[in-house]
Amino acid sequence: MTAVLTIAGYGLREALRRKVFVVVCVLSIAFLVLYWLGTRYAFHHIAGVVPPAGVDAQTFAGAFLFGMAMFGTLFLGVVLAIFLTLGTVRGDAERNLLQPLVVRPIGRATLLVARFLGAAAVCVPYVLILYFAGMLLTRLEGSWWPDRIVTPGLELAAGVLVVAALSLLGSVFLSSIANGIAVFMVFGAGLVAGLLGNIGHVLNSSGLIHAAKIAAWIIPFEALYQDALRGITEKTSGLTGFLLRLGPFGGAEQGGVGLRLWVVAYLVIVGALAIAGFVRRDL
Amino acid sequence: MPAALAVSGLVKRYGAVDALVGVDLEVRESELVGLLGPNGAGKSTLVKIACGLVRPTSGRAEVCGARAGSREARAAMGYLAELFRFPGWMTADELLELHQRLAGSRGGERERVELLELVGLEEARRRAVEAMSKGMQQRLGIAQALIGSPRLLLLDEPTSALDPVGRRTVRTLLEELQRRGVSVLLNSHLLSEVELVCDRVVILLGGKVVSAGTPAELERPRGVEIETSKGKRTYLEAGRDDVPKLIAELVRDGQDVYGARVLTSTLEEVYVEAVGGETS
Repeated sequence: MTAVLTIAGYGLREALRRKVFVVVCVLSIAFLVLYWLGTRYAFHHIAGVVPPAGVDAQTFAGAFLFGMAMFGTLFLGVVLAIFLTLGTVRGDAERNLLQPLVVRPIGRATLLVARFLGAAAVCVPYVLILYFAGMLLTRLEGSWWPDRIVTPGLELAAGVLVVAALSLLGSVFLSSIANGIAVFMVFGAGLVAGLLGNIGHVLNSSGLIHAAKIAAWIIPFEALYQDALRGITEKTSGLTGFLLRLGPFGGAEQGGVGLRLWVVAYLVIVGALAIAGFVRRDL
Repeated sequence: MPAALAVSGLVKRYGAVDALVGVDLEVRESELVGLLGPNGAGKSTLVKIACGLVRPTSGRAEVCGARAGSREARAAMGYLAELFRFPGWMTADELLELHQRLAGSRGGERERVELLELVGLEEARRRAVEAMSKGMQQRLGIAQALIGSPRLLLLDEPTSALDPVGRRTVRTLLEELQRRGVSVLLNSHLLSEVELVCDRVVILLGGKVVSAGTPAELERPRGVEIETSKGKRTYLEAGRDDVPKLIAELVRDGQDVYGARVLTSTLEEVYVEAVGGETS
């Protein structure tokens, strides 16, 4: 346990000293300012717009904008998670930073778990802060609250953890650059799966919806994002509810308990594969 | 008591390349063994197997009786890699503290201060690694390897970036460690360093041990050189036992003898002979 805390603390201190937090804070504030401006203008604009019959303009605008903020939060969280983990094994080994740590009597599995927890300790609070800040800004400008407050934020954070785990797994086999590109591409594939689901709903194509759902579960950060989107408009029905199910970047889909259990199993499987690969790796 | 490092029949293959082909080697308690060989001879692979960074294809490697790479083995050794790097943002003290925690050392601040003094870095305790010269970083690397008072020290080219004074500091340090009972496997290209400090020398070539023994055992006689009033003269076929007879003959011959020296091959000559002039 001491070794896990030491390595996790080492990762956190590195992020702090390397000014990662400063950069992240500045850019996140910029993101929130932009989001605040967007919501302010959007809500001012819809005050003078007559919406189509059956559409609650305030709820639609609030949920749509906040859904967009959630995507931005997921994206920024994913970027942070990838950059914190992409060079954990092969990248650090190629820079000869890993070897002095690995020869200590801590075990390679401990090192990997600690680096994951270190990344989680940065990414989870970051995602939650950004999520709740976006929610408060939406409330401030549009007097709108999501139907579920906490769970969607936790699902976004869990989605970022899935990406961090995939990035750690990739770092065992790929160089930093190759791993970064690969994980971003996987993230892009998840985005495409979500958009395919959107198209499937509009066209009422069960095949497309089914394919999108399978893809989203194979890379479950997308399924978590879709479930989070569903959570913020869970009680919204009618035409407003239908339109919101399409979501801004990927449709809202209920995942439920099954998804959460799958994510836990997924993290365990990815972690086990990463540890198995790392233990066998010559450094 | 088991040997600090015991290696037998060690084989390592990287794909089609044979890095080690059945190496047997032992580093006993308090012994300082020099590992020599041209680039690609398998020296670094051997050291990496001993500290658990590389898995052997076959054979056995044990550190203080524990399988190399096991937790017990890693707890008993300290390691300085050839091309090591430490995080530039850390200070010397922070780096040593990190390794103390990972090694489970209870030495605290006293151990850190002592180690920095030992390698001549007491003034650089609060200095960031990135603000240190390569030589200072190398000395810090040695201090890091000594965290937790290891029984076996594996040093891969520890003096490669050091100036002559720095090398002398390391040499003195190695002698001090030997006095403290630490066993050392020193992988180095600097034959003069190895010759000066090592109890035994092992020469690797093509993944095999081609020569091993104490520097005295490896030496070859190269004759006797005698300085007389007529100048210096070398007797190539003569040995140590022939010196009194040679001097007596020269004195009988009316010459003044000023000195006599038994010539032996240097470690460099032994090394070149063993590796057949191969460089890499």
